[in-house]
Amino acid sequence: MTDEPSPKKKDAGKVLLEELNGGSTSHQPLSRRLRQTLLVPVLAVISGLILGAILIAVTSESVYSVWSVSPWEAVKAGWNEVRIAYGALFAGSIGDPARIIAALRGGDSLEIRRAFNPILESLTASTPFIFASLAVALGFRSGVFNIGAEGQLFVGAIFSAFVGYAITGLPAIIHIPLALLAGALGGAIWGFIPGWLKAKTGGHEVINTIMMNYVAFRLSDWLLSGPMQRPESFNPVSPTIQPSAMLPRFFQSPIRFHLGFFIALAVAWLVYWLLFRTRWGFDLRSVGLNPRASRYAGMSIVTVTVMAMSLSGALAGLAGTNEVLGLNHNLAMAFSSGYGFDSIALALLGKNHPLGVVLASLLFGTLRTGATRMQVVAQIPIDIITVLQAFILIFIAAPAIIRTIYRLRAPEVEEEGVTIRGWGGG
Amino acid sequence: MATTSLRREIEVVSPTRQRVMGIVFLALAAGIWLLFSRGTQGGLTTTFDLVPGGVESNVPDWRLPTLATLNTLAVFSAFAGGAQLVRGFGRRTNLVLALVSGFFIFGFLTWAAAGRSLNLAGLLNTSLSKAVPITLGALSGVLCERAGVVNIAIEGMMLAAAMVASLVGSISGSLWVGLLAGVLTGALLGLVHAVLSIKYLTDQIISGTVINIFAGGITAFISAKFLQPNQFLNDPGIFKPFEIPLLSKIPVVGPILFDNNLFVYAMFLFLILLNVALFSTRWGLRMRSVGEHPKAADTLGINVFRTRYMAVLLGGMMAGFAGAYFTIGSVGRFDEFMTAGRGFIGLAAMIFGNWTPFGSFGAGLLFGFADSLAGKVAILGVQIPSEFLLMAPYIATMVVLAGVVGRGQMPAADGQPYVKE
Repeated sequence: MTDEPSPKKKDAGKVLLEELNGGSTSHQPLSRRLRQTLLVPVLAVISGLILGAILIAVTSESVYSVWSVSPWEAVKAGWNEVRIAYGALFAGSIGDPARIIAALRGGDSLEIRRAFNPILESLTASTPFIFASLAVALGFRSGVFNIGAEGQLFVGAIFSAFVGYAITGLPAIIHIPLALLAGALGGAIWGFIPGWLKAKTGGHEVINTIMMNYVAFRLSDWLLSGPMQRPESFNPVSPTIQPSAMLPRFFQSPIRFHLGFFIALAVAWLVYWLLFRTRWGFDLRSVGLNPRASRYAGMSIVTVTVMAMSLSGALAGLAGTNEVLGLNHNLAMAFSSGYGFDSIALALLGKNHPLGVVLASLLFGTLRTGATRMQVVAQIPIDIITVLQAFILIFIAAPAIIRTIYRLRAPEVEEEGVTIRGWGGG
Repeated sequence: MATTSLRREIEVVSPTRQRVMGIVFLALAAGIWLLFSRGTQGGLTTTFDLVPGGVESNVPDWRLPTLATLNTLAVFSAFAGGAQLVRGFGRRTNLVLALVSGFFIFGFLTWAAAGRSLNLAGLLNTSLSKAVPITLGALSGVLCERAGVVNIAIEGMMLAAAMVASLVGSISGSLWVGLLAGVLTGALLGLVHAVLSIKYLTDQIISGTVINIFAGGITAFISAKFLQPNQFLNDPGIFKPFEIPLLSKIPVVGPILFDNNLFVYAMFLFLILLNVALFSTRWGLRMRSVGEHPKAADTLGINVFRTRYMAVLLGGMMAGFAGAYFTIGSVGRFDEFMTAGRGFIGLAAMIFGNWTPFGSFGAGLLFGFADSLAGKVAILGVQIPSEFLLMAPYIATMVVLAGVVGRGQMPAADGQPYVKE
């Protein structure tokens, strides 16, 4: 991976880390390393799409209606169905090339915006995925399994929505950062609790974050039907946030593309810098790889675990904040379509590296956006994306399956696995 | 581990724990007095209806003087706290804890229904039916984790089984076929979990997460594509409650326990069976040894892999059975994401119940009670948002996991893949 040792800091710990990594791979040529890194994820995505196509064909009524004519007809019908579906998926997420060209020729500004809308909408949809999967990836890197991104995202959204609507009269240049910080703080609190419990009592973070998720859901249920409910409304929805707290949008309607995307990229870079370029990130990663050795090397497991969970929570909180300040401009029940859970898959697909995570998030934002159109055009429920995600996650989590299918040789270097260390501690 | 039983002995009599528990009892006593007694006017009576709705019986209502009852409960709890601090209840501490917590809950009900009438039997009956999927899910967890495989996929298994049971039940027209299909669905997902985590050594949490994501996606997909446009595919009917002769005629207890449907009776059967099998048979001993120390078990000639496969398959079937409850056992139709986190509460109940069947049932009952009480607070007019009651199981689990009221004894090799050398 992109883990070049900086010449200044070749200390005992660095040597230790290389030992733990099972030898550095940096002596291999770049193309080979790149191939090795990308091979399994790319094949996993392709295999997932193929399985998705099979699912579309198998559940298609037109296939069964011609089955009695001949099996060959059925295969053709199935192929046709898949072609229409995946065509719609592409047009809905990237855009229809013919339409883009026609719009550019025509010069009508509304038509141009409409033609470019799909791809910008895909970027917008990717944004919460980037934040949330960065959260999970940071957790994995430091040896904690943050399954609670969904709850942290809710709390972040609650905090930022409150700051967004309750504080009035601030200029945007202050109000937006304040609301963002509030969201990060909310998520950080929700991550801090399980982190602290793990460090101090050994209570396993997987169980605790799951529990915290449901506490967060119930909390938001209560807030939205009581203290934070919009005064004139009977629906569980918060007041609209002040215009000064809304993340600016770059284009006119219908394009919803907003500043959040660039904030997400900046945060991804920041996480990269923190993890791979600072002493603190080094501590974090070595605790993730081998807590016992790190303790002997003088690192504080308690501090690292608590900080990692808080930071992870803050990132997840930003995912919720992004939706509130950038898209919805209010907090509603069930505003998240499971970003926190999806992000586990995306973090693993991106190999817990910020760059990989951003790419994986872009892929899934694109798929989700396209699936909306696919639902309309081909009557294929949007939930197929979740199924795809599960398939891809299986292949990523068990690369041996991919190797068996495609008859690949096992890699010379042992791949980093993600493992947990027991349940309740002791 | 050899030290497990030793540790348990030490833990029960440890002076810190004795003191902490004494303070907990006193706090509960103070809670009863401060929260409930002080705000209650004298002369009010609380009426508990002891017959569930719709049942004919001549059991009279239970009338209690509110204030006197509350004060009695507070005094008893305070006495338990004092005794714990001075002498300690030793091995019976947990029992006393359950008793005092029971006092607290009863105090709450007495206070909430002061001057009014509350159908206690109905409340208990709802609690029992809400406890069924939670307990069955927890039993699924017990089966898997006693053999050393963490199962957080209970939720997904239940959801998938709920849908399949409804779909197959509707198509075949037979509830039993639907039930069988649900159980097989659970087994199939259990097999996936087993193959991923035992054969491919995938992290068990990730493997479980995959199953949860998959189940959520595929059920929503099939529901939107087939069940919603064709309602006849989602109309299996339900297993009707039936009375057990004689037993259902016992006053108070009879209508609550012995007038239920198949799933409730099956839950009791599974509870007893699993408890006996785990702790009194060779099969159970082998399974637990695989969960505690797989290497030692292997050395003694136990097939670790086969044992784990079997445990996870059985666990999957149990979760499948639990899932079928949601459709053909209660509402008679499938809705997207209808399990709504009950699988995770089941997991919590398993931890709360210290990885034992009856402990899980106790926890399941408690969580079911919190759930059914949440539905009642609005009617009672208590100033506690029902959402807070719904949070209680999760927070209670975190407290238990943190070891505040005694740490659970999880299987030593839980979550660790076994690689034969």
